[in-house]
Amino acid sequence: MLKLLKSGFYTTLQDEGRFGYRHNGVPVSGVMDIWVVQNANRLLENDKNAAVLEITMTGPTLQFEQETFIVLAGAEMSATLNNQPISNYKVYQVGAGDILSYGRLVQGFRGYLAIKNGFKSKIILGSRSQYFPITTSGSLKDNDELEYDEVSIFNPKILELQTVSLVDEIVLEVTKGPEYELLDDMHLEKLFFKEFAVAKEYSRMGYQFEEKIQGHKISMLTSATLPGTVQITPAGKLIVLMKDGQTTGGYPRILQLSDKAICILAQKKFGDKISFKLV
Amino acid sequence: MIDHPISIRPFGVHAILMEWPIKVDEAILEDILQYSSYLKLECLDTKDWELVPAYNSLTLIQRNKSIVFEPFKVQLQTWYKERKESVKSDKYLWKLPVCYDLDFAIDLEEVAQTLKVSVAEVIHLHTSHVYTVFGIGFLPGFMYLGGLPEALEVPRRAEVRQKVEKGAVGLAAKQTGIYPQESPGGWHIIGNCSVPIFDAKREEPCLVNVGDKIQFYSISRAEYKLHKIEGEVGIYQFEKIKLDA
Repeated sequence: MLKLLKSGFYTTLQDEGRFGYRHNGVPVSGVMDIWVVQNANRLLENDKNAAVLEITMTGPTLQFEQETFIVLAGAEMSATLNNQPISNYKVYQVGAGDILSYGRLVQGFRGYLAIKNGFKSKIILGSRSQYFPITTSGSLKDNDELEYDEVSIFNPKILELQTVSLVDEIVLEVTKGPEYELLDDMHLEKLFFKEFAVAKEYSRMGYQFEEKIQGHKISMLTSATLPGTVQITPAGKLIVLMKDGQTTGGYPRILQLSDKAICILAQKKFGDKISFKLV
Repeated sequence: MIDHPISIRPFGVHAILMEWPIKVDEAILEDILQYSSYLKLECLDTKDWELVPAYNSLTLIQRNKSIVFEPFKVQLQTWYKERKESVKSDKYLWKLPVCYDLDFAIDLEEVAQTLKVSVAEVIHLHTSHVYTVFGIGFLPGFMYLGGLPEALEVPRRAEVRQKVEKGAVGLAAKQTGIYPQESPGGWHIIGNCSVPIFDAKREEPCLVNVGDKIQFYSISRAEYKLHKIEGEVGIYQFEKIKLDA
């Protein structure tokens, strides 16, 4: 078991996501920054769907009860293993009783803890990803315990990766969304020639921005939305839907983020700037 | 079978959006659902694809790979021409119990005043019409219902409530619906339906499908409580009638 002595600000269990239920209105969920998680799971020679902890802003304090191997990825969160600093994208062996704790957030917003063979938990609708009320709880709490395999021998083919993080990047590559053509020049100018700062409304469901663009009076019938869909409200506010975002919506879908852009945005927090680039 | 003009557009690299004429129309919805069943049965591997129908659109989402748009568009058009009328999934009319007791129906009196009819008349209007499920989304198991009588049209509430109860039955503009979980909401609440249309513990979590019909009937507080308990322990028997296609 992994014991969460302190759960941190918002720590969740995530895998690649819950596929096959979007026609029932169930969001896909899954890790926000899939790029770094794929790299972490690769170092551990895990299945790419192996479940990891997604650690937001302020990290937890964790105690391992069996031996295993771990990799940290994503945001730089001043992590220590038994009080010794450890770094991202490097395989570490941990022993029974070892304590992993997190300190100051240095860069990015979401860190990940990957473990050899992935965390075990009940699979609900094909996924371990936490999303309330599909799973009984939307995040992990103090004193929660997570199961994992005891592994004492593992000789990784690669021990360490050079930096693979996208946390420095601020340009989000986008393609035209279904309602893009409804925009006029005034909208376009503001969309692509200025930066947007993340507003305080941002979460696994979606990101909003401080800056508005021109409002509109376009009405449309409700239709599907995806992670990375950029909607525009009648008042001109932009909403980027993320992994826990709703599966349908009635606001014009003007842009669609690339997979990489979703990972970049996932590492942004209040006040961070981004810009859109049409490809 | 009429072939409708359909627009096909890329929606990112993992999805394609197909749009029928912009209308809330049962014939269009039926054509979308028939085509969608045909794709699932004979054309696409459902392990890799998710199909999301809503009103006049069908979105096809590929789980992993990127879609090469142009050739796939042509393929979708060919499949549309080849679709068969015989491919149909069963449709049901679901009779759902609603308690319109004022303890749950916190906006019912206000709605009656706005519409200048009695509370009893609002309940009568709401229960005497059959609604069509034009989409499922927004929240897990939330049904977009079409077919609200004009006499029940009230504008959305000026303010969004931070918390609407699970099961709350709402009215807003041309829509009525049930909140499947506690959530913020801007609709007028006129009752509560406590039966588990969506339950993640079931293998098929959502009983109702797009294209099904819904009719509400009024129940007492005592019946409401009974159905709520039956729902929680998983023994509530839904009343459904198979519809002839």
